[in-house]
Amino acid sequence: MNIPEYTPALVVAIPLLGAFLTPLVGRVNDKLRNIFVILILAINAMLVALLSYDVLVNGIQTYIFGAKDLSYPIVRILFEVDAMSVFMAIIGSIVLLVAVIYSWAFMKENTGLDKYYTLILLLTAGMLGMMLTGDMFNFFVFLEITSISSCALIAFRTDSAESIEAAFKYIVVSAIGALFVLFAIALLYGQYDALNIAALSNAIQYTFLDKIALVLLIAALGMKSGIAPMHMWLPDSYGKAPATISLVLVSATLASLYGALRVIFTLYGNVLSTISNSGIPLNVSIGWLIIALAVVSIIIGVIMALIQSDFKRLIAYGAVAEIGYMFLAIGTGIAALGTQYGETALTGGIFHIMNDAMDVGLLFLVAGAIYYSTKESSLNKMGGFARNMKYTTILFIIGFLAVSGIPPMNGFASKLLIYESTFMLNPILAIIAILGSILLLAIFVKVFYSAFMGPEIPRFKNVKEVPKSMLFAMGIIACIIIFFGLFPELVITNIVEPAKNALMGYSGYVSQIVGGGI
Amino acid sequence: MIFNIPYIAVVALILIGLYAIIFKRNLIKIVIGVTLIESGVNLFLITLGYRTGSVAPIYTSKPQGANIMALPVPQALTLTSIVIGVAVLALMLSLVIFIYRHYGTLDVKKVRRLKE
Amino acid sequence: MFTIETGSGFWNPIIWVAAMVIAFLVTYILRSFGNKSYKKNTEQTKVFLSGNPEYQKEKMHVKADNLYWGFTESLKGFYSLLKKVHTGNTGDYILWFVIILAIFFIVEVI
Repeated sequence: MNIPEYTPALVVAIPLLGAFLTPLVGRVNDKLRNIFVILILAINAMLVALLSYDVLVNGIQTYIFGAKDLSYPIVRILFEVDAMSVFMAIIGSIVLLVAVIYSWAFMKENTGLDKYYTLILLLTAGMLGMMLTGDMFNFFVFLEITSISSCALIAFRTDSAESIEAAFKYIVVSAIGALFVLFAIALLYGQYDALNIAALSNAIQYTFLDKIALVLLIAALGMKSGIAPMHMWLPDSYGKAPATISLVLVSATLASLYGALRVIFTLYGNVLSTISNSGIPLNVSIGWLIIALAVVSIIIGVIMALIQSDFKRLIAYGAVAEIGYMFLAIGTGIAALGTQYGETALTGGIFHIMNDAMDVGLLFLVAGAIYYSTKESSLNKMGGFARNMKYTTILFIIGFLAVSGIPPMNGFASKLLIYESTFMLNPILAIIAILGSILLLAIFVKVFYSAFMGPEIPRFKNVKEVPKSMLFAMGIIACIIIFFGLFPELVITNIVEPAKNALMGYSGYVSQIVGGGI
Repeated sequence: MIFNIPYIAVVALILIGLYAIIFKRNLIKIVIGVTLIESGVNLFLITLGYRTGSVAPIYTSKPQGANIMALPVPQALTLTSIVIGVAVLALMLSLVIFIYRHYGTLDVKKVRRLKE
Repeated sequence: MFTIETGSGFWNPIIWVAAMVIAFLVTYILRSFGNKSYKKNTEQTKVFLSGNPEYQKEKMHVKADNLYWGFTESLKGFYSLLKKVHTGNTGDYILWFVIILAIFFIVEVI
């Protein structure tokens, strides 16, 4: 059996199989189940690495379900993996592996862990399927799988009332977003009789119904990824989930952002430069709308974060601001399509996706470590932890320097690209972006002072350091942050530039399927 | 004109569902609103497959004198969507049961400990 | 391999780290010219708070909500508006979605 040929399907099928086997393994022994889950996710990570090497060297890979080759008209579901999909899949698999290693010690006192690990493996399958698929209805199905699994995981601690409320708000917002995505897919299907992204992109003309479908898709996928003013479910659900689930949820919302990118650049790639009937090209109007929403979300994110007193809720508002940065870069890339600084903006935005997942993830894990040691999650009651928890303090310093874009961490490399390219479009955008970074630094200095600095409070005199497996998991992310910060050009030329070229060169994606490529 | 009635029904269902979610204060009514929107989208998917004068697309039991069949692909998509809708509905209702046990009320304006 | 070339500049983290190491060395050498000793168990090692009495440790630590009091007070109007917008109602989340959908619709389709 030729393994590289089957990897796109194995990457989704192995976690699905593992999810169904986990309750059976859990009946035998608890430690065996933990090792089984880590083994499945490690195999999955190796398959993703193999797939990414294959794609970066050989071009776009496809896998057709149920047939050997493709005969026209296209009726089969297929996975089409190009460099952008592989970029997101690398982020997803690293994040999930770190989350499961961290949960070994973090979730040890909870009961019902069979269901926890089963849901995490289902979430893996859904998320990776969303990133690799080449078919619009398949994208909708995996979107719903991801949102149902993550809602159940947010409500995992059923004894706390706020977790259930956060999970209810999450599932209502998720269901509405996914149903409007399905409505837009039905509109496109009714016109062109195709569900495949490449076939739709080939056949699309910019009629009135296509405009409605584009608006619905961008608004619904934007709500799922959390730009303002539709961001209010994000602090609720990130703040009240267990810390490992907050880490995995960051990656799941970034998968919805990937969906929005796929729709704008590949599905509507052919018509992005048509002139609408008010004289403005399509890419300029979409680009400036996205930039407006992104600026609002940066400002709301940092200003609301300043008055929070709950640790994870504050980091979640910081995550809203970071999503604003990504959308700012993507909007500039759309509005300035074809210019040099537009391409730099898109590179910065794509690089910032990976950096944000790592940085905000590390901050959530540190918040989880403090909750594990002291059962305290309100910043007003903490103080003086740096005496007893030295390693956690160092990891928190690395995390917050990276989030606010201080050299030499990886946050600075991607934010530098965003500042310089948005300056070329309009200087005010760069000023707002830099002010946002400074306010983010102010927010996390507040957290650092009130949680780690200060005199030794007698209530926390016997706080111990967290177990070594949690430190190991946080250390993996910290090493990635420092490595990406010291060698940014290595990452940009090898992983980010192919992703940007794959996104802007939609004709390669289309001709793989339609132009008789198979 | 008579062939446009399903599309008008779809728009009416979606608008009534959105009205129920935004303006009603009972949690069960919000869940019913989500189900209404889902029914509207499923109706839209099925209506797309109809051709004038067609019969049900079962290959082996074609009645005499029938020339065209309706498209079978939207019917498969609708089945998948109905199943997903059932799963989401079950999850939402079980969360409502937990919320009632914790808060004692089903009023959306009182189930609001997570604000600002 | 080590520098990013943006369209209008460059960034090389190795040069930055080398500059920081040199700055740290210069500072350390200058600091080592000072007086290293202090007298133990005298007034030099006690906490000095401008003559004020020192309370319990838990009361001395500034609470997290009060840290940026000046900023929060001066932007009070803006904050009260923002707090009113973030209601926490489930219906309001979907109301914002419909408003953004309407704005996109008007700009794009018409």
